[in-house]
Amino acid sequence: MAKNQNDSSKNPTYGHPAIDWESRAYWEGAGRGELVLQRCRACGVVQHRPRGLCVSCLDGEIEHFVASGRGEVYTYSVVHQNQMSKFRNALPYVVAYVALEEGPQLLTNIVDCDPETVCIGMPVRVDFVPTPDESTGDLLGVPRFVPA
Amino acid sequence: MSYCGQFAIAGVHEYESRWSPDKTSFQIMGECTRDALADAGLSLSDVDGLFGASMTMGAMGMVQFAEYLNVKPRYLDGTNIGGSSFVSHVAHAGAAIHAGLCDVALIVYGSTAASDAMAIGTGNAGGRDPSAAFVSPYGMTLVSSYAMVARRHMHEFGTTSEQLADIAVSTRHHASLNPHAKMRQPITREDVLESRVIADPLHLLDCCIISDGGGAIIVTSLERARDLRQTPVAILGSGESVAHREIGAPDLMTMAARQSGEQAFAMAGLTPAQIDFCTIYDSFTITVLLTLENLGFCKAGEGGAFVENGGIGLGGRLPTNPDGGGLSSNHSGMRGIFLVIEAVRQLRGGLGERQVEGAEVALAHGTGGYLGLMHSGATLILKKD
Repeated sequence: MAKNQNDSSKNPTYGHPAIDWESRAYWEGAGRGELVLQRCRACGVVQHRPRGLCVSCLDGEIEHFVASGRGEVYTYSVVHQNQMSKFRNALPYVVAYVALEEGPQLLTNIVDCDPETVCIGMPVRVDFVPTPDESTGDLLGVPRFVPA
Repeated sequence: MSYCGQFAIAGVHEYESRWSPDKTSFQIMGECTRDALADAGLSLSDVDGLFGASMTMGAMGMVQFAEYLNVKPRYLDGTNIGGSSFVSHVAHAGAAIHAGLCDVALIVYGSTAASDAMAIGTGNAGGRDPSAAFVSPYGMTLVSSYAMVARRHMHEFGTTSEQLADIAVSTRHHASLNPHAKMRQPITREDVLESRVIADPLHLLDCCIISDGGGAIIVTSLERARDLRQTPVAILGSGESVAHREIGAPDLMTMAARQSGEQAFAMAGLTPAQIDFCTIYDSFTITVLLTLENLGFCKAGEGGAFVENGGIGLGGRLPTNPDGGGLSSNHSGMRGIFLVIEAVRQLRGGLGERQVEGAEVALAHGTGGYLGLMHSGATLILKKD
């Protein structure tokens, strides 16, 4: 995964995400290495974050599908200060919105590259960090992005 | 008939100290209540509507504050939509007064954010709940949520760090004229650009300060306000809104201010050209620039040219935050109440060196929340009676 010369041990680390039944498919997908989005069978809208109903038509049946995982950086910031210790160890790190090919933008991190090389429009692809929950047996993961 | 033009601000007070380790937030709120009532020439027994919000009160905080102050209002509004709450409370109070649900509304705020060493900007967004799980893993601080908006604005429009810095420079100049401001030493554009980066492209001096503080506002009918101690400041227009990630594809250049501002201008029957000065929530320099664009003071993308070289300083095309704003005077977590208080003080006049010349009509706009995630906006248009 850490295919370049940068020190990936400095990437942000991720805990097990808090989930509920509306978001379970997304986080379980990430545990399998799939970026799972929602589409409304009635009106065809792709929505994110996942919800139990389509908020465009308030009707219809939601289906899940596996997105390409490709997109580009819509905007970003290199964070130089965070008071929380789990992030302090990863400074400086990149927070970004990635515009996916399917439309939605995801808030995420861009990792495995020098933060100074990140720019708007940069092509990226999804990457996953498994975060299994031993107490429940859930095999979840957290998506983040790397240069494509 | 619209409720606007029918009610007014009759009393205001801003807590003078920015560092109050020996006070509780309720004590600050109580003292501000006393002094705002004195400003209006009213007493606590006149108050029958209670409005407020804070970062630290619990869900029933305004009930607790009513107990603290030993009041039993007949109208209660503890709406918390972030730092803009108090701007919206003024409109809510006007609606309640217009409907006959209360006669004298107290809007109040107090905070010891600085002496509590609260990490407002560089803590972490989200928490351990499922709806926040799409945010909290990624270490998005409050500052970086605004920084991402600044970065996008630079990309789309060529806005520069120098232009953002000029907002901080103008605001600090205003603070230097305000004896109660926390940061009064004038700064230069270079000082801003050379201050350390907190979340690229925002530097330390692009960020608001953290202070202790508080304030109170007394709202009543325009008719009643005319019989009180101070010249009334009437509310001509109001609006509130939210902006968020929509269903996954946010337009980070469109703020809640667009919708709330359009409503407030329509209600007042005024245009941006008729506004003499503004108080705009300046959590960060980019907040001011983007709010000015969204309120229609300039076109999208022209904010940089609008603010640079003292454009929003005293004597500039649109003096903004003449008290020194949250960037330099007072930011104790939720700044909305100070926007209204300074607008009222300026419209009353007599502020000496920091007085906006010919101040007749003002616009106050509060933003609450995370600009790059979800936020609220509340706008008021105010006029000296």
